[in-house]
Amino acid sequence: MFERLSVMLMKEFLELKRDHWAMFRLIVPLIIQMLVFGYAATFTVHHVATSILDLDQSQASRSLISHFVATSRFKVVDVTQNRNDITRDIDRSTATIAIVIHAGFGRTLENGQSAPLQVIVDGTNSNTALIALGYLNQIVARFSMDQSSRAANFRAGTAVPEIGISLQARPWFNEGLDDRWFFIPGVIGTLTLLQVVSLTAFAIVREREVGTLEQIMVSPIRPVEFILGKTVPFFLIGLGDIALVSAFGIFWFHISFVGSPWIMLLGASLFLMAALGIGLLLSTFSRTQQQAFALNFFFVNPLFILSGFAFPIAAMPKLLQWFTVINPLRYFLVVIRAVFLKGVGFSVLWPDLAAMALLALAMLTISVLRFRKSLD
Amino acid sequence: MAYKEMLQIWRDPRSLAIALLMPLMQMAMLGYGVSLDIKHVPLCIYDQENSQQSRAIVDQFVSSGWFSISRSLDRQAGIRHAMDRGECTAALVIPVDFSRRLATTGSANMQAVFDATDVNTTNIALGYAQGVVAQANAQIAAHWNASHGVHPSLVGQVDLEPGTWFNETLDSRDFIIPGVVAVILALVGAQLTSLTISREWERGTMEQLISTPVTALEVMLGKLIPYFAIGLVDAGFCLVSAVFWFGVPFRGSITTLFVTTSLFIIVVLGIGYLISVRIRSQLGASQIALLVTMLPTTLLSGYTFPIDQMPAPIQAITLIVYPRYFVTILRAIFLKGSGLSDLWMPIFGLSCYALVILWLAARAFRKRLD
Repeated sequence: MFERLSVMLMKEFLELKRDHWAMFRLIVPLIIQMLVFGYAATFTVHHVATSILDLDQSQASRSLISHFVATSRFKVVDVTQNRNDITRDIDRSTATIAIVIHAGFGRTLENGQSAPLQVIVDGTNSNTALIALGYLNQIVARFSMDQSSRAANFRAGTAVPEIGISLQARPWFNEGLDDRWFFIPGVIGTLTLLQVVSLTAFAIVREREVGTLEQIMVSPIRPVEFILGKTVPFFLIGLGDIALVSAFGIFWFHISFVGSPWIMLLGASLFLMAALGIGLLLSTFSRTQQQAFALNFFFVNPLFILSGFAFPIAAMPKLLQWFTVINPLRYFLVVIRAVFLKGVGFSVLWPDLAAMALLALAMLTISVLRFRKSLD
Repeated sequence: MAYKEMLQIWRDPRSLAIALLMPLMQMAMLGYGVSLDIKHVPLCIYDQENSQQSRAIVDQFVSSGWFSISRSLDRQAGIRHAMDRGECTAALVIPVDFSRRLATTGSANMQAVFDATDVNTTNIALGYAQGVVAQANAQIAAHWNASHGVHPSLVGQVDLEPGTWFNETLDSRDFIIPGVVAVILALVGAQLTSLTISREWERGTMEQLISTPVTALEVMLGKLIPYFAIGLVDAGFCLVSAVFWFGVPFRGSITTLFVTTSLFIIVVLGIGYLISVRIRSQLGASQIALLVTMLPTTLLSGYTFPIDQMPAPIQAITLIVYPRYFVTILRAIFLKGSGLSDLWMPIFGLSCYALVILWLAARAFRKRLD
């Protein structure tokens, strides 16, 4: 068996070697995608375009505006006294947030009463809107504090103690709240899944379409050996992919890697086997490359969206949450993020590793069985 | 020519079924899958004091509806343990002298620890937590004033009155689903045509096609028209389900929607065709199609990640990611009710794209014939 397998492997590697473009096709797009997506995937909210309608023109209103100008969270694009400007800015999307300072704002504050501050948010992008509103709250709170301490200094010469609970936020595992740390491990898993599934699915359907599959089948190679011969090179390519893009993540994007490389290797191996299983399974369902291609789109996009890459699984409806149980990418993302950022070990990650192993086993078995049947 | 292509599509019912059912299936999965709304943040409590006041503040976290208590802990190390296992994404630490300090000095500290692996969730949860604390503080301040007879601050407070336009409930689904439609159409469309020419090459029918008197333009139109019809049907499916199934508000006009959708389908099919003409083997064609559509469409079109937050070079790249224009257009038509005049910029971008692509596609095929 091993003799036949090694011959089969030799054939595959020879084919790969003869294809001069193969290495280029495998590596260059991967690196480009890693770079582009590493930079593109972010939910960070900076420089929110803000227009301010100042109907008060007082010292207080100008001080409030300067609070907005001073922070990088907001970018004041327009300070106006014309109400129509505000509506126009929001309609044309030149501003995401409009702040209306009513006449009498400063005087009301000085009288010790609470003054309303009207804010209009373009909620089209609900996520940006929600986060921007949070920042807005913080800035207004700081403005209020500054105002009252100035008044206190002015009147009594002493600061008034703050009343209430101060909440001290401690973001663990990612102290800088840099969301690249969240997405880049995800990009590593996703890129690998895409490449490995499509490579595997196409390689087999191609043999079938070109007609070399029959040739191989009349040779003494058994289906299991054929599948092993087809998948081992892709497995190695996949491992290379993961190593390459992980190195990029660590050295280019400076993502912390606090966990054990061995857990990473174990997780990556199990994940790759599951991905190969998906590719094989897709290939058994398609006669032509077009069908393989369609199926590839059909399955890989949901695998990607329903993995927790960007959209938290906890926010999905229960039915879809159950569906994610058979998605190997979901487990790999847990493992890869935990290894990169948390540095947890086998004792915590074993359920995810076991799930990937089970999925890999199930998919490889089913595809071998189906493959055998399709030959008869 | 169009008739021949139509027959070919018809004879391959599996592909036709995939072409028509795929968008619907994807719509069902992605429509439900893409949500950023964090409803219940799982929260661990490490209450060192366990007094009436500390329990009251915990109750306020629960009754806000944003948090659900997953565990009560009795030691600091428990937080790390719970977070490692994913049992909670936030933990509240109430110090042992919490209520005493609150009673004597009027202020006290409280620690909120977050599993910041998912930064977006952390930011949103932090916002919720600050909201709860601000509410609690208002009560504490009022109570303090009543018992101490002092005005807490010498100037008045600013009352924020936020009003949200276009997506009043801040439902992320209303924001993302129009984008999902654009993404699905881009993926399905490119997939439809990208193999059509390379199939002719690999099956050897290309020589036959060349020997007939059809011109390159006729080949292109013949290939594209049937797929355009399929694309329109797909678009109809997706848009109808977005409005009637997912309940995304539709405030624009059907005409604007039809014009822009047609334009987008032309671009998408043209790109698929161009790839197909350029790359001879199906494997190459499909890999390139995958490369230029799938990830760029999902990551660079602005349907999840806002383009204006990307670094400038990446923003420049998004200019050639054609779905970004359609994502902008659909979102504006659905939520803002924008008309053609508001949308001239993305429509202009899409039109330029269509012209360039069709011109390139027509030329590319002529070259092959020589």
